[in-house]
Amino acid sequence: MIIDIRNVNYIYNPNTPFEKKALNNINIQIDEGEFIGLIGHTGSGKSTLVQNLNGLIKPTSGDIIVDGINLTQKNANLKEVRQKVGLVFQYPEHQLFEETIYSDIAFGPKNLGLKDEEVDLRVKSAMENVGLDFESLKDRSPFELSGGQKRRVAIAGVIAMKPKVLILDEPTAGLDPAGRDEILGGIKRLYEKEKITIVLVSHSMEDIAKLVNRILVMDEGELVMDDIPKEVFKRASELKKIGLGVPQITDFMKQLKSKGFDVNDDVVTVEEAKEEIMKYLRRKEDV
Amino acid sequence: MNDTMIRLENVTYEYKSNIDEDILTALKNVSLEVKKGEFLAILGHNGSGKSTMAKMMNGLILPTNGEVYIMDMNTRVEEKIWDIRAKAGMVFQNPDNQLVATIVEEDVAFGPENLGIPPIEIRQRVDEALEAVEMSQYRKHAPHLLSGGQKQRIAIAGILAMKPDCIILDEPTAMLDPNGRIEVMNSIKKLNQEEGKTIVLITHYMDEAVEADRIIVLSNGEIAIEGSPREVFRHVDKVKELGLDVPQVTELAYELRKEGIDIRDDVLSIEELVELL
Repeated sequence: MIIDIRNVNYIYNPNTPFEKKALNNINIQIDEGEFIGLIGHTGSGKSTLVQNLNGLIKPTSGDIIVDGINLTQKNANLKEVRQKVGLVFQYPEHQLFEETIYSDIAFGPKNLGLKDEEVDLRVKSAMENVGLDFESLKDRSPFELSGGQKRRVAIAGVIAMKPKVLILDEPTAGLDPAGRDEILGGIKRLYEKEKITIVLVSHSMEDIAKLVNRILVMDEGELVMDDIPKEVFKRASELKKIGLGVPQITDFMKQLKSKGFDVNDDVVTVEEAKEEIMKYLRRKEDV
Repeated sequence: MNDTMIRLENVTYEYKSNIDEDILTALKNVSLEVKKGEFLAILGHNGSGKSTMAKMMNGLILPTNGEVYIMDMNTRVEEKIWDIRAKAGMVFQNPDNQLVATIVEEDVAFGPENLGIPPIEIRQRVDEALEAVEMSQYRKHAPHLLSGGQKQRIAIAGILAMKPDCIILDEPTAMLDPNGRIEVMNSIKKLNQEEGKTIVLITHYMDEAVEADRIIVLSNGEIAIEGSPREVFRHVDKVKELGLDVPQVTELAYELRKEGIDIRDDVLSIEELVELL
């Protein structure tokens, strides 16, 4: 187990008129190598939760143990935790600051006190992982790039720290479909190659369905669902009630089934839907 | 009476790259007419020229070559620029950059105040504008405490209070969550259908573009595809090639057809595909 969240509560502005309970008795255990999707509408507590995971904020009560370190203890080594848990914020490209792409990505590893050769290796592999060409881009300014490329530079900066857990808070917000596919493709490659644990916060059910192997659903500070995508998306009406949806294709298969078609409706991607319908049509032909 | 709202005639826009001194072309000899009361969606990948086109539609930038007319007023004519912006209002991506006051109704009143409208009429316009976006109950609230979708609707109300005939929205939902997107899209559709406002919507979301009367897809500064949503999305391969998505059901129908199943190629909604199978 890499992350163990036990009975965690978080209250903003305690003992003031603005007091707000953002996390209510959260329990989550995450194993190494899981790819997790975290969903919930705005204000459900997603961002509060991920900020707790690398010690940016500490729970009001409860324990968070990351790779053996209990963050909630007074003397916890938060520096070490932040090395283990890389957090990519929303619009991370706003945090680019260096003159060249190389030095921006190298900033974190250098601060770890790594040797130049090691820094070099890490920058190269981080750029490769997010699909940026090292030779042609390393000496360019990050500010000359497109939005999607800038964002990949920012993500590379976090990956170069070699975190065991990578948390991405809406990494595709505001990008066009091509930019989105570049980012998600990079994340997928990284996951398959480095076997790290990933937590993806997203509003896009289609993206979540394509990538993750477990979904956590938050609503009003509580964890309301924790299951594999197929099971979570079966509960379409519950999801709708808390301001979320299911992929269009899942919705489609459900409607098809409700019309009396003999198909399996726990489908979350277009490919699965196609297979299901082909199977159905073949059965119909046989009859 | 002429029924053209916006007319672009052979419009080219060039600008100097800030990396080297190269001249780049954002729009290449584009001609386009938007009819009064039409709902037009503009799609295209980043850098395709969408935002340049939007900014031309209310004179924020002027074409290098060619002419842009808003209700027959040329955007090059400086004396007309305030008339043009009163006719064609613009809403941008980030609501936080568009709100100016500390109280919702004062924010909405900002535009008409600057037009020198009498206070009694401003009051009326603000009330109507907030009503149109269903934000009346928030009129005394502080905008920064509202959700993204609510803020964006306040920004739209601020434009409505100027009584424009046309509203140009540049990715108004890009920074919103699914609920916020639905709220804003509902407001946009209502303004088009009930108030007859001409809408130009720039978006990356195909489910929003499907709601439009007409779609144009820009690529490298040129119009690559144009037509009704049905006509545009039937070109699944071409749309994908241009770096865009098609709705999932459209993609499914396309995949099934590739398998030899006899199914129409212009399916857009869940209900349609259910009917067809």
